Amino acid sequence: MITFSEVTKRYPDGTVAVDDLSLEMAAGKITVLVGPSGCGKTTTLRMINRMVEPSSGSIRLDGEPISAADPPALRRRIGYVIQHGGLFPHRTVVDNVATVPHLLGWDRRKARSRAMELLELVGLPASFAKRYPYQLSGGQQQRVGVARALAADPPVMLMDEPFSAVDPVVRKSLQEELIRLQAELHKTIVFVTHDIDEAIRLGDRVCVLKVGGRIGQYDTPANLLAAPADEFVAEFLGEDRGLRRLSFLGSEGLTLVTDAVVAEGTTPAGSGWSLVVDADLRPVGWSLAGESGLRPCEHSFTVGVDSLRSALDSAALNPSGLAIGVDAQGRVLGLVAQPEITRGLRLPAAAS
Amino acid sequence: MTWDWRWSWIGSHVDLLGQLLGQHIYLALTPVLLGLAISLPLGLCCVRWPRIYPVVLALTSMLYALPSLALFVVLIQYTGFSGWTVIIPLTVYTLAVLVRNVVDGLRSVPDHVRQAAVAMGFSAARRLVQVELPMAVPVVFAGLRVATVANISLVSIGSLIGISGLGQLFVDGIQRDFPTPIVVGIVLTVALAVLADLALVLLQRFLTPWSRTRRARS
Repeated sequence: MITFSEVTKRYPDGTVAVDDLSLEMAAGKITVLVGPSGCGKTTTLRMINRMVEPSSGSIRLDGEPISAADPPALRRRIGYVIQHGGLFPHRTVVDNVATVPHLLGWDRRKARSRAMELLELVGLPASFAKRYPYQLSGGQQQRVGVARALAADPPVMLMDEPFSAVDPVVRKSLQEELIRLQAELHKTIVFVTHDIDEAIRLGDRVCVLKVGGRIGQYDTPANLLAAPADEFVAEFLGEDRGLRRLSFLGSEGLTLVTDAVVAEGTTPAGSGWSLVVDADLRPVGWSLAGESGLRPCEHSFTVGVDSLRSALDSAALNPSGLAIGVDAQGRVLGLVAQPEITRGLRLPAAAS
Repeated sequence: MTWDWRWSWIGSHVDLLGQLLGQHIYLALTPVLLGLAISLPLGLCCVRWPRIYPVVLALTSMLYALPSLALFVVLIQYTGFSGWTVIIPLTVYTLAVLVRNVVDGLRSVPDHVRQAAVAMGFSAARRLVQVELPMAVPVVFAGLRVATVANISLVSIGSLIGISGLGQLFVDGIQRDFPTPIVVGIVLTVALAVLADLALVLLQRFLTPWSRTRRARS
């Protein structure tokens, strides 16, 4: 656990980057610091590995004040991923990854084999080991950056806008990769971003910081979306806050109707849309009364697994305006209309 | 006036040519090595304490502006007709070129790379040796190439005080109104400069495999 107690950072010119910050970052969780530029998020992050020294207040890592530690030794125990990867251009991929093991004086062979292990962990082929950073794409460099940060298996990882310099598609896959890695490794991660969507996707807890280094709100993503503390936080969360909340609500409570689900070969009874299913209950197509032929089915959602956002997406994409709920095997359980899906939003926010 | 070309002169003076070539290489390259040995720590100090950099630049530029002949004449009083009379001025010129490149090279290390090195837990000394100096190599080599080629050509001026490797051939040819040594001197000097430059390019490629393609692209 990382604990900030009344930490202030004031620069000689009088600018206050961080103002009386008290904050606990839980062990084994992802804490995201998010906010507009000038909110002190990077400064806060860099105080954890003493790249920036606080003007007052104290920071403790698992109870130990970090001011007592030797900075280089402290930093070797804390992984660090920077924007653009910050890879050493003059070192091969494997040597980049083995940087901290080398600094720690590991045996050469052990450091290399550990580096190869990590390349595999972050999804890079072993053939990349001998390449130089300039021979990699931005996304691959970022993966190497993550592998390098993990090399000496530090309990804490600091990530400073690590995915902001890559295109959205690559960013999404890197985010998914991080979630997958974290499920496996349970690191204490402090992640800085200016992208609220990224914060909500990755964070177990999200700290929204205001310009001048004050906390706007520190809460779970679901609670942030449901109940922003003030105007600033609400505005920072953006206009589709309501829709995004759906991502945090499960679809298990939805009432599914089966009236309009018909077997293949039978004539639909109703006057509107019906979903035609085959003998295995898999969706075949949509039939509209008075029209011959079927319209194709779009995206369906897995009841109890997917979020309400996925359910709403299904309703929006299918021509009937009804979402198709299926079980884990893809068999149709029933249909849900849009108002039923968004009904949950009107209820008071459930603590998650 | 018709010049008396006697190419057989070359065949009968191979030993002399070899000796002069060797002396030329010694007089031209010793200053490069000395200049590098001095400009590395000097450049590091200029990066560490930026306030002294303008002073160092002003001093080295001033020394660079001194005519070499004047320096030779002054130095003869102290170092006599030894190689040092040529080596010292050329070292000063090399220094003027290289300090700039060492400083630029160290400053060419991108900030995010430096930050990453700090965050990984490099001590200042290790960061310098393992990250900053290796990354400064391309820019330092650009300076080494300029200094090396310049020195190879400047050594010939030493002929005015009789210490000059291949430059002797020019004096000899002019004094005897005999063009062959002059032409041989020019050809050997140029060939030496081209080969030395090529050697430096190859050495740099060997030292910086990581920048090869990037340079080709730009």
